[in-house]
Amino acid sequence: MSNPFVSQTPRMTIRNLDLFYGTFQALKQVNLLVQINRITALIGPSGCGKSTLLRCLNRMNDLIPGVRVTGDVLLDSQSIYGSDMDVCRLRKRVGMVFQRPNPFPLSVRDNVAFGLRVAGITRKNQLQEVVERSLRAAWLWEQLKDRLDSPALSLPMDQQQRLCVARLLAVEPEVILMDEPCSALDPISTGKIEDLMLELREQYTIVIVTHNMQQAARISDLSGCMLLGDMIEFGPTGNIFTNPADKRTQDYISGRYG
Amino acid sequence: MQNSPNIPVQPNCPDRRRTQNAVVIWCRDKLARYIFLAVAFSATASLLLIALFILKEGVPFIIKVGLKSFLLSSEWNPAAEKFGIYPMIIASLWVTLGAMLIGAPLGVAGAIFLTQFVPRSIMRIIKPMIELLAGIPSVVYGFMGVMVLAPFIRNYLGGPGLSLLAGSIILGVMVLPTVISISTDAINAVPKTYLEGALALGATRWQSVHMVILKAARSGIIASIILAMGRAVGETMAVIMVAGNAVRIPHSALDPVRTLTANIALEMGYATGLHRQALFATGVVLFVVVMILNSLAIAAMKRKTGN
Repeated sequence: MSNPFVSQTPRMTIRNLDLFYGTFQALKQVNLLVQINRITALIGPSGCGKSTLLRCLNRMNDLIPGVRVTGDVLLDSQSIYGSDMDVCRLRKRVGMVFQRPNPFPLSVRDNVAFGLRVAGITRKNQLQEVVERSLRAAWLWEQLKDRLDSPALSLPMDQQQRLCVARLLAVEPEVILMDEPCSALDPISTGKIEDLMLELREQYTIVIVTHNMQQAARISDLSGCMLLGDMIEFGPTGNIFTNPADKRTQDYISGRYG
Repeated sequence: MQNSPNIPVQPNCPDRRRTQNAVVIWCRDKLARYIFLAVAFSATASLLLIALFILKEGVPFIIKVGLKSFLLSSEWNPAAEKFGIYPMIIASLWVTLGAMLIGAPLGVAGAIFLTQFVPRSIMRIIKPMIELLAGIPSVVYGFMGVMVLAPFIRNYLGGPGLSLLAGSIILGVMVLPTVISISTDAINAVPKTYLEGALALGATRWQSVHMVILKAARSGIIASIILAMGRAVGETMAVIMVAGNAVRIPHSALDPVRTLTANIALEMGYATGLHRQALFATGVVLFVVVMILNSLAIAAMKRKTGN
């Protein structure tokens, strides 16, 4: 494997990012480079701001009233907080998988086709083609090809979560954000999602927030450890877990917080 | 920890007294249960009594005259013992349909606006005001209809003004609180994760609302519309005041009509004998229609979408 830290141009650059919920500062001067075709993991104890940081990358924090962001996030060297950024377009390029599987109360097919319908594509053949391609990419085609019209909410949890991934792949994002995607799943389902992520890395850039340090160690190329809104350490996952530079990272990894 | 001087120390009561207390508490508990049971039962009982009473008065008439001639004959002339309520059934249907055409889209649109496009703080002011609409006496709505709406229709659209259209508009406004408040609750009950999921796929707010949220809230919205239909079918005073009350099948929205409810209210005061029974039979028809609508609403609310 190539050294993950050998930098091509980063896909996303986070510069001096501060975020306030009202008067509470949730992110403090965070800097981070998200490398193309790598899995970047954000770890740290609950409430350290890792999910908040993730949600800055596709501006999902805009939904929360009273949030103020300073600093900058660049996607391919364009500022996503700039006034010329179309948030809907941004979210097509930077997609998100949530903590709890959240397929829509529609059929499997309509879930996957949702992103295309949103983009105004209604041609049946094209939709069908994308549905198949996306479900294949999320390893669901074989199980679900005969059940495309059954309701998505009737699927087991891990299939629901992979359906959410398929739904995302249908819009061909550049970056996939995953917010603790396995926390609602059992270990076997977790394994499936992790294998899927490793395969998706070939084509996509992935940022994952996880509570599970073994998971970060297993799948990520780069890790950032956060504490109380600070990015206390960022580097190749191997280094973070075997030879952390910061005492606090060491403490978190060895289980002294969290 | 400091002992606050305000809190009296629990007296050490002897065992005997404690058991006595337990018995008293137990008795009170039982008593409260039976009182509440009786209150709850009295509500059900009054429903049952009302149903029995109108059935007892109305059903023999229907049997005597025949269901078909009662429901499908167009001639209503109590003096000549002609009792056909077909025009009134048609009128009730049209008025209700018209009210729904006006009230349902406005109500659902209002609910979408309140839940999706207005800050919570403003919604908390507007929603109670809309619910206050439900507290305005129907005679006041009727008064507005007679003074404002009917002349308006007469002057600008023609006809006598007191008409099917006027009735529909007044009823459409009257059912707004029902549609808005139940639809708002249904939309608010949709998990926030659906909205997030849709937005995260690049959907606009409106796309998220109509492609996901409305589908998820569909059963509740349908229930709100059916309940509103029940209200519209049963509304009496406002309709009497604005709909014109002529017993004939309407040929346009500007014709005056008499609904089933209006028929009962207008004639009950002086009806005797067979005529009086005919009015009770009209009540039976209404009762059945409203029961069916309410059952449909309950069934719609119970149905889970997508499962």
